[in-house]
Amino acid sequence: MLDFVQQLVSGIALGCVYGLIALGFVLVYKATEVVNFAQGDLMMLGGFFAFTFIGMMGLNYWLGFAGAVAAMALFGMLAERVVVRPILGYPQFSIIMATIGLGYFLRSVAGMIWGTDDLKIETPFSQGVLRLGSLVLAYDKLSVIAATMILCLLLYLFFNKTTLGTAMRASSENMLAAYYMGIPVKRVVSIVWAISAAVATCAGVLLAPITFIHSNVGLVLGLKAFPAAVLGGFGSIPGAVVGGVLIGVIESMAGFYLPEGWKDVAPYLVLLAVLLLKPEGLFGLHVRKKV
Amino acid sequence: MRFLFKTDYEDDIKLFPHSGYYFSYGILFALLLVAPYVLSSYLMSQLVFVCIYAIVGVALLILTGFTGQASLGHAAFLAIGAYTAAYLQKYNVPFPVYFLAGGLFTGIIGAMVGFPALRLTGIYLVIATISFALIVEEILARWESVTNGNEGMRVKTLSLLGVPVPRDSPGFYFLCLAVLVLTIVGTLNLLRSPTGRAFVAIRDSETAARSMGVNVALYKVKSFAISAAITGFAGVLFAHKLSFISPEMFTLQLSIEFIIVILIGGTFSLHGAVLGAIFIVMIDPFLTYLKDDMPGIIAGVAAAFGAGKERAASIQSSVAAFASLNGLKGAIYGVIIMLFVLFEPLGIYGRWLKIKLFFQLFPLYKRATFKRQKIYVKSERNR
Repeated sequence: MLDFVQQLVSGIALGCVYGLIALGFVLVYKATEVVNFAQGDLMMLGGFFAFTFIGMMGLNYWLGFAGAVAAMALFGMLAERVVVRPILGYPQFSIIMATIGLGYFLRSVAGMIWGTDDLKIETPFSQGVLRLGSLVLAYDKLSVIAATMILCLLLYLFFNKTTLGTAMRASSENMLAAYYMGIPVKRVVSIVWAISAAVATCAGVLLAPITFIHSNVGLVLGLKAFPAAVLGGFGSIPGAVVGGVLIGVIESMAGFYLPEGWKDVAPYLVLLAVLLLKPEGLFGLHVRKKV
Repeated sequence: MRFLFKTDYEDDIKLFPHSGYYFSYGILFALLLVAPYVLSSYLMSQLVFVCIYAIVGVALLILTGFTGQASLGHAAFLAIGAYTAAYLQKYNVPFPVYFLAGGLFTGIIGAMVGFPALRLTGIYLVIATISFALIVEEILARWESVTNGNEGMRVKTLSLLGVPVPRDSPGFYFLCLAVLVLTIVGTLNLLRSPTGRAFVAIRDSETAARSMGVNVALYKVKSFAISAAITGFAGVLFAHKLSFISPEMFTLQLSIEFIIVILIGGTFSLHGAVLGAIFIVMIDPFLTYLKDDMPGIIAGVAAAFGAGKERAASIQSSVAAFASLNGLKGAIYGVIIMLFVLFEPLGIYGRWLKIKLFFQLFPLYKRATFKRQKIYVKSERNR
């Protein structure tokens, strides 16, 4: 039983990471119906930025964290301006390919700048564990869970309660109509990319003590975040986190109870099953238009 | 400019629209026939890879370019073809049999992927094919009794009707070339048949195709199966060319490379597959060449512009240091993909058509001829 709980908790922590990356997918998807395949790489880059501020320049952890988030938000806007905006309005697949290209580029450039070693950031959560009876919980994992919940709540409120959030949803429904209604669509898209890059940075920094930072971390985790986003229903913010947690738990249970090899496949099997049985996901809304 | 007057349907679906084609393709074919006796063995080996990539490119064009179903899982189909060949070869099955079996089996798997894919469009289909490919990769690594796991499988020298055809002999090149030509001709014929027209109709508008009486589900599955089968054939050749296969050769990276082949070549014509394959395969030797020779050239140019000897030498060494950076290739890849998507969405073949049209219409060419219409995204959720 204790094993089960331990696996459950570590699955939830892992799942929250997937959830954080999936949040980035969902944000961009929600506002522009574009899927950013470079989301994981934005996360990786955020981690490296934080490493530069904290590890190399010796800033305070929180200051470095904030600096990395701000820098990455600017970078997200830049990436949107250069790569995405010129092809907004073209078929989705071109945008997917453009972001795949962006991912390649970021991965190699990060490898060139920061080298290929695993880097580590000293964080306030790095050491120490919380003991609940015989259950052992590491602080770094708890910090990921807490941050995910807070970010999810904030973003949910932002999208559903603020004017800007409503504008974002409107521009995803129909860009042209939103533009006619006076919504500055280009600026909205740019802000969405800034937010999603900032969320990715949070994921990257929180993850730094757990997986370390290296140039391929984004690719690996980014691929695992797809099942999370799909399971939650692409386009639902709480869905991304719930989907992420479910995928994380499934993965860690499969790793513990099933023979070797199932751990890596289980998320994708779940993904295929969801796509077949309930393509709109757990929280997605699916409205069929009559022709 | 040549005007083609078409008087009946037969004129419209001709494989060679006018006599000029016989001439240009004749020359190309002659060049390809003498290639193994002229080119170096390294370039020959690259040319074989061009053929294999082009076959996969044609397969992907049928699915993505003409039926409009994106796939980032073609490396898995290639792997299935390659492993089928390697497995059957162990039991001394002759080449023609396992060649066909590889294609057929991959086609069946493709149809099985096609059925679930019926309900998916756009991004969901891309994600589903990615996960299919990842699952196949994992199966190949774990099903050790058949695939030998991560240790990989050795593929013996191909023997065609008792005659051995080593992987770097001209014979192997001709075999690959023959398969490529057959694939292209077969695909051209497919595309002018009712099936091909149905594919294109589905790509342009599923709703319209359905209301014209096209059985959308059937044709989508057909498209998946045909595309997978052709990729399977390419897989058999791929296995023989490498002579050793292991699961980590068939990663997402390879699927992305195949997509880049058609994206760079041009997704609207079979020419694109071949041009893209040439680009992707030849970029490697080209980059190596640049890496070796570029520093010297740049230093020479700097010296010509009046830089001193020491200055030129320091420029040379810094360029050389930059060129040998780890991962520069990945960055160049990424930039190339982005540049093509942003500035040349019709690919190399599109650029060729533009240049051709420019000279045909000489003073009257308008850039807007090839301008794409923007269709601002309406929500997919309500589609």
